[in-house]
Amino acid sequence: MKSPLTSTALFHAGPVPITEAVLVTWAIMVLLVLGGILITRRLARTPSTTQEVFELIVDTVDSQIRDTMQVEPAPYRAFIGTLFAFIFVANWSTLVPGVEPPTAHLETDAALALLVFLAVIWFGIRAGGVRGFLRTFATPSPVMIPLNFVESITRTFSLLVRLFGNVMSGVFMIGIVLSLAGLLVPIPLMALDLLTGAVQAYIFAILAMVFISGALGGDGSARDADRANGGGDDTSIKGMAR
Amino acid sequence: MNWLAFCSIVSAAVAVCFGAIGPALAEGRAVAAAMDAIARQPEAAGTISRTLFVGLAMIETMAIYCLVIALLLLFANPLLK
Repeated sequence: MKSPLTSTALFHAGPVPITEAVLVTWAIMVLLVLGGILITRRLARTPSTTQEVFELIVDTVDSQIRDTMQVEPAPYRAFIGTLFAFIFVANWSTLVPGVEPPTAHLETDAALALLVFLAVIWFGIRAGGVRGFLRTFATPSPVMIPLNFVESITRTFSLLVRLFGNVMSGVFMIGIVLSLAGLLVPIPLMALDLLTGAVQAYIFAILAMVFISGALGGDGSARDADRANGGGDDTSIKGMAR
Repeated sequence: MNWLAFCSIVSAAVAVCFGAIGPALAEGRAVAAAMDAIARQPEAAGTISRTLFVGLAMIETMAIYCLVIALLLLFANPLLK
């Protein structure tokens, strides 16, 4: 049986081996970028049906960011939205026959988790400066500094293992069932796999938001005002992520 | 089949088996508590279910860790080279 932890190179571009996961990733990137360009090419005041559907999606992403992070979504929309769209499309790319989702390989997930790790630093420094960002490590008390440092590494690792484990186990399970009982038996499992894929994309985006909002610290007045208005759920999610 | 391979296979099975028990119980408790909360306070369902999803993902990671350990033992065992 093929090990799910390794990936074989299809061909070599110079010294760089190109695997199937990389090809699928490129295809998804082309799909998303071309789709984005085509849809936003003719934006109108009175939206067409297509524009309305995509405005709905952007609105949903915005409201999720507003609910989870208690901030204005504009600076984070692009990163979180792209993350969600990419993982969602990647997880559902099993629908195309013969395609294995790139998120079922460690490398793709490692790259995504690394992006979140860097984004936390980037958004944290942009919100509070270097000093403000470093001060978030000393919350709630300076005793927590080593723990917070370790946590920022381990949570990146757990983000990677979570996505990899979920998607890979789905693919692996379908492979095993397929080798045992041929034609129609794996279909319910594949449906379950689609559900898992959608939920994992959502979870990944939510956790990225939670980590980023943890690095923002208590900066903006809008944040505190929102919390005073009864948006107290933000702390509960953050507490759980720790 | 040497003893090391035998032990690896058995411990992979044990890892997945016992690694699934804890998260299963924990997820059951979490969902039950969330259901209880939604039944008491249906207007907070959105917040509760979002928090529940994130919490379930956290719990589920424990089972996934065990699965990854099992796969490491089966496919990338450093002792069986």
